[in-house]
Amino acid sequence: MAATMLARQRNEDIRSLSLAGHVGFDSLPDQLVNKSIAQGFCFNILCIGETGIGKSTLMDTLFNTSFENDPASHYETGVRLKAQTYELQESNVRLKLTVVDTVGFGDQINKDDSYRPIVEYIDAQFEVFLQEELKIRRVLHEYHDTRLHACLYFITPTGHSLKSLDLVTMKKLDSKVNIIPVIAKADTISKSELHKFKIKIMSELVSNGVQIYQFPTDDETVAEINATMNGHLPFAVVGSTEETKVGNKMVKARQYPWGTVQVENENHCDFVKLREMLIRVNMEDLREQTHARHYELYRRCKLEEMGFQDTDPDSKPFSLQETYEAKRNEHLGELQRKEEEMRQMFVQRVKEKEAELKEAEKELHEKFEKLKRHHQEDKRKLEETRANLDDEMSIFHKRKAAAQMLQQGGQASAPPTLKKDKDKKNFL
Amino acid sequence: MSDTVPDSRPRPVLSAKSGTDTFGYVGIDAVLEQMRRKAMKQGFEFNIMVVGQSGLGKSTLINTLFKAQVSRKSCNPNNEEKIPKTVEIKSVSHVIEEKGVKMKLSVIDTPGFGDQINNCNCWEPVLRHINHQYEAYLCEEVNINRKKCIPDSRVHCCVYFIPPTGHSLRILDIEFMKRLCKVVNIVPVIAKADTLTLEERATFKKKIKEDLVLNGIDIYPQKEFDEDADDKVVNDRIRDLLPFAVVGSDKDYQVNGRKTLGRKTNWGIVEVENVSHCEFSHLRELLIRTHTQDLKEVTSCIHYESYRVTRLTKGNPQAASVPTANGED
Repeated sequence: MAATMLARQRNEDIRSLSLAGHVGFDSLPDQLVNKSIAQGFCFNILCIGETGIGKSTLMDTLFNTSFENDPASHYETGVRLKAQTYELQESNVRLKLTVVDTVGFGDQINKDDSYRPIVEYIDAQFEVFLQEELKIRRVLHEYHDTRLHACLYFITPTGHSLKSLDLVTMKKLDSKVNIIPVIAKADTISKSELHKFKIKIMSELVSNGVQIYQFPTDDETVAEINATMNGHLPFAVVGSTEETKVGNKMVKARQYPWGTVQVENENHCDFVKLREMLIRVNMEDLREQTHARHYELYRRCKLEEMGFQDTDPDSKPFSLQETYEAKRNEHLGELQRKEEEMRQMFVQRVKEKEAELKEAEKELHEKFEKLKRHHQEDKRKLEETRANLDDEMSIFHKRKAAAQMLQQGGQASAPPTLKKDKDKKNFL
Repeated sequence: MSDTVPDSRPRPVLSAKSGTDTFGYVGIDAVLEQMRRKAMKQGFEFNIMVVGQSGLGKSTLINTLFKAQVSRKSCNPNNEEKIPKTVEIKSVSHVIEEKGVKMKLSVIDTPGFGDQINNCNCWEPVLRHINHQYEAYLCEEVNINRKKCIPDSRVHCCVYFIPPTGHSLRILDIEFMKRLCKVVNIVPVIAKADTLTLEERATFKKKIKEDLVLNGIDIYPQKEFDEDADDKVVNDRIRDLLPFAVVGSDKDYQVNGRKTLGRKTNWGIVEVENVSHCEFSHLRELLIRTHTQDLKEVTSCIHYESYRVTRLTKGNPQAASVPTANGED
């Protein structure tokens, strides 16, 4: 802001000089823009609304593509968030667009906790970014930012007022994300009803202290248009991806027997205003607000919770250093303890295994001994039997020798010896 | 129960139909205009440090670069120029504007550098100053209640003046650059280049480049940070010309009917902005017109980050002030 620069000048006693010629640093914004083009942009939108209210259709219409979403069922047991990332390109600008959808919002009988998953999701994205920022080695300039920059809250077109679910959810979210309320399916409301509806909604929001996103009016170039648009909130939108011929052009429209609602006709609905504000005029501001306001708030709360403190400037670096040191030591201590534990466990396991193995060894030994003994036994028995056999054989031989001698001596009496031989043979 | 299902399957690139007809136009590229507006509103900051012996023409060169009396000498014209006993760090800031673009320019001068008989450790005050700026930024960044726009006093570029001996780099030059090339972007220039003929200039440059490679000194633009092929081509061309042989002057003379900055001598007028006379224009292109943003980015994404890593792992500001030969860890 020119004002802040002047203020700084006064504070720091800096002089303002005039240049004697063309230096060339007016190319600085161009250099910056070129770098950004090379890096690419990212934008994350959260769509909150009941099932069937037209969130996916509106996204398709806004970004003029088809995001290939299957319609969700009405039977979800709880609210869950589905995030899908797309890479869009227009002329030389690459945009990484993430659309987060709330599936099952407003479908349950008990909707007490419907807002909780949404809040948790938003906080989770802040947490991831905070972790990255606090890392020692970090790559912030290449980091894919998943923090939600804008939240489109789809209001059911009852024509009366906001539902209590809407109020509760928006109240919980207004300090975490930029909320832009839109009236969905605006072709069901007549012009006069719409006017009354809008007034009622805005007054309810104000009386309940819900802080929705206000388009910034501090920059002269866009102050006027933003101020006008602020008066048209919430935008009454109609989405459609079907094209019909009106006059001699193809336009996006919804066809009814009684007429055609043209999406891009400002008399029919506020779609063009929404697109203008969301994308063409304030995208950068939405991202800045997310980072400078919502993220900083989250960061502050988180750090204070963790025990960091901002004391007076003198001791600040030390207290931070000490806290860092303390945390580091704690962490190291934790690691060491874990290491010890694991080592103990390892030692114990080794001991157990050793014991087991020893047991097994002993068993094997015993078996071996037993087998050996059996073997010895058997061997002994065999020896015995053999000895017996040998004895018998020697007795037989002696008898045989004696018999032969008798045979030779008693040749005359052959038959009896034969008989004796026969007997002997039979005997053997 | 609730659960989040981040579905990050890579999707095919859907191109929004671009074109002049509003029917298919989404308007994503309007974000460039928004960014430009934001930048113009915020203004830019640039901090440049000049290092070199006294008498090499540092103040004149800075005045010539920015076409305004931005140097320290111009701010205190009545001061007797006494060479200080130790290296001092003097910083002067100005806000200059051109075509709606506001820039806060800070010039950090180092009187006394290399002027003593014993120049041991004359780089220490410089190193300390640079690390002090990093420290200040880190403290701001680490605060719980942070400012929306942290004032950036980190040194984005250090222009080192090499005396035109024509031989090679002196030991002082090598020692200084070795220690500082990992901490800040160094752009070496040959000062008072009108004392060298073109052949002497070419030999001198060649010798300097050899010396730099021999001692492992990585000057800006560093080869490892070239992002893509286009960058490489552009930066290679610059690296060929480095170090720039410059002449500074804030006096105008008539040459061929035009008024240009130059130095008048008995044998002719050295035109500062004439590419065949000296390389001042190239230096100005590099510093101001093409690589300013890149200088700032390398400082903040690489030098500052490595300071931060050292500081957070060692936990002691003194430990980080003397970078080891290997950098971190």
